[in-house]
Amino acid sequence: MSYRYAARKAVNGLMFTLAGFCAVATASIVLFILGFLVWNGARAINWEFFTQLPKPVGEAGGGMANAIVGSAQLLLLATLFGVPVGFVAGVYLAEFGGRWFPAVIRYITDLLNGVPSIVIGIFAYAVLVLPVKRFSLAAGGLALGLIVIPITVRTTEQFLRAVPVSLREAALALGASKWRVVATVVIPAAGRGVLTGTILGVARVAGETAPLLFTSFSNRFWSTGWDQPTASLPVMIFTYAVSPYEDWHRQAWAAGLVLLLLMLAANVLARLVLAGRGACRS
Amino acid sequence: MTVSGITRAALIRLRNGDRIAHLVTLAFASCVLLIAVLLVAELYASSAPSRRQFGLGFLFSRDWDPVAEQFGALPFIYGTAVTSLLALLLAVPFGVGAAIFLSELAPPRVSGALTFVVELLAAVPSVIYGLLAIFVLVPPLREHVQPFLQERFGFLPLFQGPNYGVGLLAAGVVLAIMILPFIVSISREALMAVPREQREAALAVGATRWEAAWHAVVPYARLGITGSVFLALARALGETMAVTMVIGNSPTIHASLLSPGYSIAAVIANEFTEAMSEMHISALIQLGLVLFALTILINALARLLLLATARKGAVGA
Amino acid sequence: MQVVTLPAGAGRTQTAPKLEVSGLDFFYGAQQALFDVSLAIPDKRVTALIGPSGCGKSTFLRTLNRMYETVRHARASGSVLLDGEDVLAMDPVRLRRRVGMVFQKSNPFPKSIFDNVAYGLRINESLSRSQLSEEVERSLRRAALWDEVKDKLREPAYALSGGQQQRLCIARALAVDPEVLLLDEPCSALDPIATAKIEDLLFSLSKSCTIIIVTHNMQQAARVAEHTGFFLLGRLIEFDRTQVIFTRPARKETEDYITGRFG
Repeated sequence: MSYRYAARKAVNGLMFTLAGFCAVATASIVLFILGFLVWNGARAINWEFFTQLPKPVGEAGGGMANAIVGSAQLLLLATLFGVPVGFVAGVYLAEFGGRWFPAVIRYITDLLNGVPSIVIGIFAYAVLVLPVKRFSLAAGGLALGLIVIPITVRTTEQFLRAVPVSLREAALALGASKWRVVATVVIPAAGRGVLTGTILGVARVAGETAPLLFTSFSNRFWSTGWDQPTASLPVMIFTYAVSPYEDWHRQAWAAGLVLLLLMLAANVLARLVLAGRGACRS
Repeated sequence: MTVSGITRAALIRLRNGDRIAHLVTLAFASCVLLIAVLLVAELYASSAPSRRQFGLGFLFSRDWDPVAEQFGALPFIYGTAVTSLLALLLAVPFGVGAAIFLSELAPPRVSGALTFVVELLAAVPSVIYGLLAIFVLVPPLREHVQPFLQERFGFLPLFQGPNYGVGLLAAGVVLAIMILPFIVSISREALMAVPREQREAALAVGATRWEAAWHAVVPYARLGITGSVFLALARALGETMAVTMVIGNSPTIHASLLSPGYSIAAVIANEFTEAMSEMHISALIQLGLVLFALTILINALARLLLLATARKGAVGA
Repeated sequence: MQVVTLPAGAGRTQTAPKLEVSGLDFFYGAQQALFDVSLAIPDKRVTALIGPSGCGKSTFLRTLNRMYETVRHARASGSVLLDGEDVLAMDPVRLRRRVGMVFQKSNPFPKSIFDNVAYGLRINESLSRSQLSEEVERSLRRAALWDEVKDKLREPAYALSGGQQQRLCIARALAVDPEVLLLDEPCSALDPIATAKIEDLLFSLSKSCTIIIVTHNMQQAARVAEHTGFFLLGRLIEFDRTQVIFTRPARKETEDYITGRFG
């Protein structure tokens, strides 16, 4: 009996130690990733990286200035297209929904969220590239926008719903109509949350590579317009990493470090924006 | 016009404002539906030539020869399935263990901080996982792990044949790391939603904390945990860049985990821009359709499971 | 400060106290929930704890099997002795095997009726299949549930009615043969008929184990308990034989509470 109890206690300790190890190990993978990128990337990064165009194959040096600008343009386009559509759709789900239609939209949104980004890429290719027979910045931006939409829908709805009923009732009791309540009370109250969701959504597509492979494609030079192929950081990392050239590997690490730091910054920023909301309330 | 007349007119206008707002937002929400419908229609229509040519045999043929215009999906389906299952095998015990620790044992502050860090893992772009996998994961796999596996378990077909470093095993390991954060954070939520009374009921008859967690809390949350596993599986199936970078890109079927393979997403990523013939593109799009159908099916299942747990939690509370 | 002890000569025949509490303070973080509680719970009797909600009676109950430890930043200080052994220093798992508990809301596991009752036995002892069935039957009989469920032991516990579920939870607690059974408002979610069944049950159980029941229902305390303690604002105001508490309470607060509720 007492032997049995000792065994049970040992199992208790052992299993929780194992579980704790799993948790700590999982969390420390992030540190490993960050460590490797900083170690390899910091040595590779220099002023040229941010200011120069890529050198032709085989020549050392050069940078990714065009890809950095290209990524910024792609993200701008994705935000301009994806965020408004997703936001207004989210407002519908949270505030105006009918009986069954919102449930359908919600479910479809979740499913769209789970569609592999490469499939979104095929879709954007078929709709935006094939008809004009040209890879373009616009096609890439819209493809990323398609991924932003479902993310924004769900975060918008979630944060609007978190606005207390008492606030709505207060405004309604003053005789405001529904859309005025939504526009002047609910949305401002949920503003920070929605902003957080948007930051995280855009940050997520900033690293997307697959849908860009056959929409914005790539470009060794500056892109000359919205209808031209454009370089982007993620695609450059891919191309450079699988290439056989030492110097390209170096630059892939540099680009990886820049991308990861942007990603971490966005996540921390989103945290801070949310935390700021808490501070205001209390 | 009387004062009451003016108010009434204003009221009517405002009510119309409500209707307009409703219609406008409804239109945007319908966009989501429209996108989904267009997506399916486009994939279906564009894959028509390949579907007509190969029929259902597409799924079961092992030949992938763009020059001869012979297209079969089996090597890619095999590679996708093997790498995803391998990833689940590695990630599920690890992830569920971590989730149990975070929800049952760690103090809330530690749990919150660790969860934030784990969720950062999900934010790391796929292409960066690929970059790390090529330069940090594959060399030790090739130099140490795979020779060790061959030496000790070489009698199993799973670990026979030449060792390149890249291959199904490497892809499975990267995928496992990539899906870990989904399993951890969603399982943790499911575990934390278990009513306290369940834990206390077990403790009250003299269960240890682990026994309470394992016998009472985990079974209660099992739908949610299963949901997290399916969600992770859907991610693994559709994951493109990291897999493309380490799977070896060879459209063949070998029993060995050490041999190079290919996944659906990877072949699309590699060949789409280079495909010349209409039939090649069409076959790639059909692969996309297969991938789409698979992930939608598994996602739908995961969502249903998670919905069911949410409802059960609400009743329990 | 006052020490409330059992008056000499109270009860059927005086037995040594099963649980002796003295100078118990309890804190949730910085907030104090119990102030200097002292009392002695007689063995093999039913003791009721009454008082308005938030008075600390449930907290007190949860110190007796250290169930408060599931809440973070909760801590107790003072002395709680179970047969002279310090409860606050004991291994909580062993303690809870000796001091069982039934909760306010019935909380069966999502398992079969049989597996619910067998749970504690399975983790604590290694019994053969037939011994296990015997024990389960014995516990279900003690909880007066056997006749109602003997033909559906393999069915899920959730299929039972609310009152049956609560008696199942009692059976689950009884299966490991606890010396003390704590009940935290066990009837608050039940209808009068189900409540009556549980009250009968408590009376018969008190022959073999010490029972402490927290209730907000004073008639219930009057019906089932031999001794009653009255809590107010985290303090034990009065502890005496139930009859005394309800007919000639010594303290003004007790009288106010009882007449306020009965009157």
